Amino acid sequence: MAGQLEGKVAFITGAARGQGRSHAIRLAQEGADIIAVDLCAQIDTVAYPMATPDDLAETVRSVEELDRRIHAVEADVRDRDALQAAFDAGVAELGRVDIVLANAGIAPLSMNPVPEEWQDVIDVNLTGVYHTVEVAKPSMIEGGRGGAIVLTSSTAGLAGIGGSTPGGLGYTAAKHGVVGLMRSYANQLAEHSIRVNTIHPTGVNTPMVVNDVMQEFLQSDPQLGQAMANALPVDMIEAVDLSNAILWLVSDAARYVTGVTLPVDAGFLNKR
Amino acid sequence: MGRVEGKVAFITGAARGQGRSHAIRLAQEGADIIAIDLCEGLPENNYPPATEEDLAETVRQVEALDRRIVARKADVRDFDQVKSAVDAGVAELGRLDIVSANAGIAGSFNRAEDIPDDEWVNMQEINLSGVWRTCKAAIPHIRAGGRGGSMILTSSDAGLFAFPNIAHYVAAKHGVVGLMRTLALELAPDMIRVNSVHPTVVDTPMVNNEATFKLFRPDIEHPTADDFKEAAQGINALPIPWVDAVDISNAVLWLASDEARYVTGVALPVDAGANVK
Repeated sequence: MAGQLEGKVAFITGAARGQGRSHAIRLAQEGADIIAVDLCAQIDTVAYPMATPDDLAETVRSVEELDRRIHAVEADVRDRDALQAAFDAGVAELGRVDIVLANAGIAPLSMNPVPEEWQDVIDVNLTGVYHTVEVAKPSMIEGGRGGAIVLTSSTAGLAGIGGSTPGGLGYTAAKHGVVGLMRSYANQLAEHSIRVNTIHPTGVNTPMVVNDVMQEFLQSDPQLGQAMANALPVDMIEAVDLSNAILWLVSDAARYVTGVTLPVDAGFLNKR
Repeated sequence: MGRVEGKVAFITGAARGQGRSHAIRLAQEGADIIAIDLCEGLPENNYPPATEEDLAETVRQVEALDRRIVARKADVRDFDQVKSAVDAGVAELGRLDIVSANAGIAGSFNRAEDIPDDEWVNMQEINLSGVWRTCKAAIPHIRAGGRGGSMILTSSDAGLFAFPNIAHYVAAKHGVVGLMRTLALELAPDMIRVNSVHPTVVDTPMVNNEATFKLFRPDIEHPTADDFKEAAQGINALPIPWVDAVDISNAVLWLASDEARYVTGVALPVDAGANVK
């Protein structure tokens, strides 16, 4: 049976591990080839270990194991020129991009906050998303076959959670900002049959969330701990749950779904 | 293996249009079906009603897919009829996992101040209270199955924002969202998920008729399908006038499947971007 994304190419940021790697694998399982980028380096204000070149190599291995092609590049979503170069090289190798997943993000949350957290999280989680769409947009329009873009927001993109540190406020502001970007792009790109939606995960079982620093941060503030409680009786959801939502959104089964904020949150937002 | 293999789905308004499409799409992915429909006309509807022959055609198409279906004529305004239909279906098919509360009417088109009282009441009885009765009859069976479940309530873009001249419809479809949110919260401990879908214009007999043409084109005395098409395209962001029933079915299928196992309490537009335009 042909995969749901046979013959398509997906551009994925933050693809070295966590949700990004899961998306790469899930889309490859359905027949897509992948252009994967990740910073693969540490940002000073981020207290947990970020992805490494070895992680990105593991994503490459996993996709190739599925007999799909992957073009992987270490690149920073904050650097538009570097991101454009990565995208262009991927298109040169794999062909026209149909799917864009702006997934790269950081959570600079710690018990010892510093003012620089604000700018870093805005730069990566909002400006990085903007860059990701901008570098892909012209060739998608020119390709004339439409396409699907999914921006990864958060429950913190629809509710005022995340705490009162510079990083927490910046995270919530950036993730809300992603919704504004999505709505504007959905309107702007509709005439080209390019669909744009956001997903809004609750806590996901990935290295960004499951680490000592994040757990300490969440436990330090009873309101934050409460804010992480889902309606469904599950503590955390898995990366593949987001991948399945994305797969549906980018597939022809959702050919007329655009401009939608889709929570995958075990009922978290509705519980508030 | 189908995406809803081994599951049973209860669908209201299943004789034709979106309801039939949901029955077929879910059956294609392995579900057995409990189907009801009023199969009768209502004075306020300016379009031909679904018939018992329509419901029989749904039965035929599901059976052609080698799935089982228990269908009967029933009115969502009458809890006893709904309960007895779902009870009989579960008795025959063994369990219940999925609900598509889809039955609804368009009614007639008037400014709010001119809507006849009985038409207002009937609209709420069918498009809102009918959805509640459907859920009320189904919940005990889903819970008894012990595997959680998924209920999908059909709202509308008119459940998210306003359209003039259909205040009764807009109010009922907004009400469906409140019901969905409450049920999602109440049923979460049982792993029963509840979501709503919000279509834009769908190409079905309820919509594709001259009364709707007039609603969309009050400026023309006898609007044609082409006049309607132009106006319908105007509400969507994507360059299409309407979506097909199967597009709603694909959303229902995804929400019903384990691929959306942690999606609940969500109002999901399938609306060609009308909600952001």
